[in-house]
Order: sequence, then structure tokens, then C-alpha cells
Amino acid sequence: MDLMEYQAKTVFAKHGVRTTVGEVVTTPEEARAAAEKIGGRVVVKAQVKTGGRGKAGGVKLASSPDEAEEKAREILGLDIKGHVVKILNIVPAAAIAEEYYFSFLIDRANRNYLCIASAAGGMEIEEVAHTNPEAVAKISIDPAAGVDEATAREIARAAKYPEDILDAVAPEIVKLYDVFIGEDASLVEVNPLVKLEDGNVEALDGKVSLDENADFRHPDHAEFQDASADDPLEAAAKAKGLNYVKLDGSVGIIGNGAGLVMSTLDVVAYAGQEFGGVKPANFLDIGGGASAEVMANGLEIIISDAQVESVFVNVFGGITACDEVANGIVQAFELLASRDEHVTKPLVVRLDGNNAEEGRRILDEAGLAGLERVDTMDGAAKRAAELAAK
Amino acid sequence: MSIFLTKDSKVIVQGMTGSEGTKHTTRMLASGTNIVGGVNPRKAGQSVRFPAFDGQDTEVPVFGTVADAVKETGANVSVIFVPPKFTKDAVLEAIDAAVPLVVVITEGVPVHDTAAFFAHAAAAGTRIIGPNCPGIITPGESNAGIIPADIAGPGRIGLVSKSGTLTYQMMYELRDFGFSTAIGIGGDPIIGTTHIDALQAFQDDPDTDAIVMIGEIGGDAEERAAAFVKENVTKPVVGYVAGFTAPEGKTMGHAGAIVSGSSGTAAAKQEALEAVGVRVGKTPTETANLMREIMQNLTK
Repeated sequence: MDLMEYQAKTVFAKHGVRTTVGEVVTTPEEARAAAEKIGGRVVVKAQVKTGGRGKAGGVKLASSPDEAEEKAREILGLDIKGHVVKILNIVPAAAIAEEYYFSFLIDRANRNYLCIASAAGGMEIEEVAHTNPEAVAKISIDPAAGVDEATAREIARAAKYPEDILDAVAPEIVKLYDVFIGEDASLVEVNPLVKLEDGNVEALDGKVSLDENADFRHPDHAEFQDASADDPLEAAAKAKGLNYVKLDGSVGIIGNGAGLVMSTLDVVAYAGQEFGGVKPANFLDIGGGASAEVMANGLEIIISDAQVESVFVNVFGGITACDEVANGIVQAFELLASRDEHVTKPLVVRLDGNNAEEGRRILDEAGLAGLERVDTMDGAAKRAAELAAK
Repeated sequence: MSIFLTKDSKVIVQGMTGSEGTKHTTRMLASGTNIVGGVNPRKAGQSVRFPAFDGQDTEVPVFGTVADAVKETGANVSVIFVPPKFTKDAVLEAIDAAVPLVVVITEGVPVHDTAAFFAHAAAAGTRIIGPNCPGIITPGESNAGIIPADIAGPGRIGLVSKSGTLTYQMMYELRDFGFSTAIGIGGDPIIGTTHIDALQAFQDDPDTDAIVMIGEIGGDAEERAAAFVKENVTKPVVGYVAGFTAPEGKTMGHAGAIVSGSSGTAAAKQEALEAVGVRVGKTPTETANLMREIMQNLTK
């Protein structure tokens, strides 16, 4: 889960990182009040979970409450890379002397942690890494050893941060590592980390991604959940505990296992080329169990998607037997009927693997309206794409 | 022969007395795995009777600690089914008891926990498979995890996959040839055994003739595996990559399956694999057919 800047700074502050959380507002009038409260020049910052806000006009300086209100009006509702601005962070304009880049992240390749730091801050680090790779230090962190003040100093030197900020920056680095570990973050990024004119070092911005697998030890992370930002179908699926991602196509997909479902999307898109570019409408992994209730909930979400023209249920019976899945489908139809919802879109079902014969027999005997059985994955994908194109 | 797991492997199950542990211990026993014990500190000294699969029930002793189990049975593989909250401690316990192979089935382990136990395992020389994986099977010999043993029998194809169900699908497609070993390495951001580790082991295994490698979006493991194949693998390799249609910034089921910016895309992975001569199928079935062709040519 990605946090917005003000949330990231709130988390930083909790761990003692020097930062300014400022005020969080949602209307121009509130922006004015916040600017009045802060006094002096303020910065109005769009709160969206994407980079490049500055370039998109999402960060503006205001020298008066009037101007803060005006800037807020300009920024609210702005579309930044598909993210509509609904929240603003108002902070006092900082007296910045220099800007740096700093981050901790998970290093998949080396299966440990990576610290990326550079004295060239404020810009996109990918850009700096590309044009001037020597300016970007990448330091491997051993999870068993962690980051103490001495390691923090090594990092700062490797990043070529100026000598005169070492005493100020090292403790901030240790505290950012506390954020990374203590909050179970998979990314902690500060861009820019700044030296203020008074010599202090402060996190002027913050980007944090939290590991949802660790939610069990962070009940307080629930407040960061932002259901309103999700697609309504995704929000409804989440409420039912389904692993669902909305896409743009017209073939609804239900499958078991993340890899198989991802593969199903690809196979449908591939088959869909023949039918004028038919594409999958969603990702939905109903997991190993594939009970009637989960199947019914999944079907319910998918048929409520107005873009869906056909549905492809792709199940490989590994641990789950196909007869159980077939019964699940039959019961799902009954369950939906009892909720006064009906599967009006054609459904292509492919069952293979453990007890496939029995599963297919159950489906044939049930004679569900609009349900077709195709026994290979590629064949079924093609049929589902064809039906969606009709 | 096979990789990592053989008929001589002595397997213990941490979390055997839980519902998933019990269910899959029954299955592992039924497929001939030599399960020598379970671990549960609250049930030490007891034993669990598993139902007959060849006319005789199996009595599996429960030990209080992994160290006790290893001392009493000489166990050299541990399969872990404990909930995510307790997984880190369970893995650390197995590492400290010098178990050389630890298979972590549990899904939903915090990545910092995995980072911590992997660092410990690397220092101790323990091989970890997973977490969030279906485990490893050497058909006809031993089965450490949840891969259904009846999909495919022994053969000479090696299979390594990030995804569970795609492992099953591929085994099913190629059941007429069978497998030396099939290993599901999991799709988390940090995993104990990588594509490269498995490729190296299959390359060194005299009973593996060809290798199927299944990847998915996220990270650059497939790209690194491609570079490794170029330098170190002489056996034929075919590949499959899932996630061509995955949009940027959305996690597709597995915690690690996410395209961020231009990195981690399926197209980049396919390109890297094809550049080193690995043929990549457009669908699992097409991939299986590429392997079928290779196996038919090898047996000519």
C-alpha cells in the first residue's frame, strides 16, 4: 500500500525524523485557513500517489492566504497521471540551501536491502542514474546488521553529501531505517532530503510503501486505507475479500492461482486479436478453495461490470478437485438467483486436472443457461473472446 | 536422480497438527514421502495417526522442537505450514537446528521477516524454498509441499516456476514425459531459491534432459536467469512468462507481481530469454508443445 506524502511524513514524525507535516485540506477555503494559521509563505502540494507532481503543476508556492486559496483551486481536481487531486498538503515554505536524494528499499536481486542516495536531489533519481550514474550511490544493507550511526555516516559519504551535514544527516538516516523496519515498509524514499539554511537536515517530501502482509502487527495502518481512491468494483471486491483488479476489456475472468489467472488474461488477449482486439475485463483469483460462496461473490462482481460481454472461468484442479469446483459453479448460480441476480452473460468454463471428468459431468447435467464447456485453456479463451466480440 | 529432494530425504513438518499441515501431510505420505516427524511444542511426545494409503496407517511422532526432531530422526528437510505471524521464528528454528533444506509454504509472510530469515539461512548454508510457494516434488520419490503428486510421474524434464497453479498446469500438459523434479519457488519479492539456483541444479543433474522455466511480471529475476542460461546452461530450456496484459502499478495476486515503470514487464523478460536462445511460448500449452518437440528430438 502506497502512502500519500502527508501520511508518509506523519509516519516519519512518529519515528523522530525531522519533517514538517503541515496542514491537510480538501477545499480552497480550508487552504486559505491553513495558510492563515501557518503564516507567511506556504507551499500548496497535491496529494497523489504518483511522481512528477511538480512538473504537472501540482506543487505551488503562495505568498498570502488569498494566493493559497487561488492555488488550491487550481490544483484540486487536477489529473496527474490518472490520479485526480482531492487532498492538499499546506506547509510553510522552507529556506532550502541544498537538496539530496535518499531511499531504502527491498533488493530482490540480492535478497536484502538497498540504500540509494545521491547528493543530486529534487529530480527523478532514475534520470540522474541514467545521465550521471556516478552521482548515485547504491549501498547494500545486511538485514542482520541493520543501520547504525556509523553505517549512516558511510552511506552519507558514499552519497557525496557535504561533510558539513554529516552530523545532522546521520541520525536522520538511522531514523529513516527505523521507519523502514519498524513500519514494515518496502520503500522509504525522501526526495528531496534538504539542508536548510539554518544547517538542519529535513525530509521535505516522503514516499512510503507499506507491506500489507505485515498488517497483523500494525493495526494503526488501517487508517491509511483509502477505499474512495479505488475503482468502485475493486472496492466492492475488496469488501468481499476477493483478489480483484479491474481492467479495460470485455471478457470477465475468474481463475485459481495468481500465475494461472495472469496467464489467462494473456491467453484471452492473444486469442482476442482475432476478434478485433477483445481484451480481458479483470484479474480475479479465487484461490485454491473455490467454494460456492467465493465463486458466487466473484461472479457477482464480474457480471456487475457493465463492460463485460462474456465470462471465462478457468480452473485447474490441483489441490482442489474439479467436481468441487463444478458444484461451486452450480451452487453459485443458485445463490445468485436467490439474491435475485442472474448470470445473463455467456459463461465459458474450462475445468482440467484433478477429477476433471466428474466436474464436467456435473456441469453438463446441471444444464445452466448460457454456460458452455470448453476443455482446453486456449480453446476456451478463444470461445470467450468470440462471444465477447458478438 | 533429481534436485534438492530424493527418496532418501527425511522430512519433518512444522505446523503438522494444524488443518493445512494435517491435510498436506496426509497427501505427502500418500505420495511416498518419508515423513519422520512433526513439530509442535504443545504436543511434544504425542503422535498423529494418518490414514492408510497402502493398507497400513502411519504413526508420525510429534517433537517439541526442530532440534529434537533432527536429533531423533536425522531429518534433513522441513516443510513449514505455520501461519505468517509465526513463520519467521519457525524458519529460524529450522536453520538453527541445521536442517539443510527448508520449504516454506506459508503465504503472506512480511517481506522483512523473509529478509531476516534469508540472511540467517545464507550465513548458515541452509537452502530455503519459498515462502508462498507450492514446494518441491521429485515424482515417485518424495514430495515436500502441496504439489499434487498424481498430476505427473517421474521423467527427465526439470521444471522451475514462480507460480503454483502454472506449475500444476505445466506438469499436466507434459505428463506423458514426466519430471525429474518440479519446484515452485514462489512469487514474493524475496525468495530463498531462485530460477538461477534451480537452473544450475538441473544443469548439474544427470537425470534432467531439458528445463521448463516459468516466470511472471515483477523484478528482474527472469532477465538474470536469461544471462545465467547464456553462460552456464547447455541443456535445452523453454520459457513461459505470465502477465503481458498486467497494467503498471497494480499487484497481480503475488506480492512480487507488479510492473513499476518500465521494469518488470513480461515483454522485457520474454525478450531477454529469447535473446539467449530460450524459446518462449505464448500460452502454457504452446510452451508445453515447444518442450514436447525438444523431448521428442532428444529421444530420437
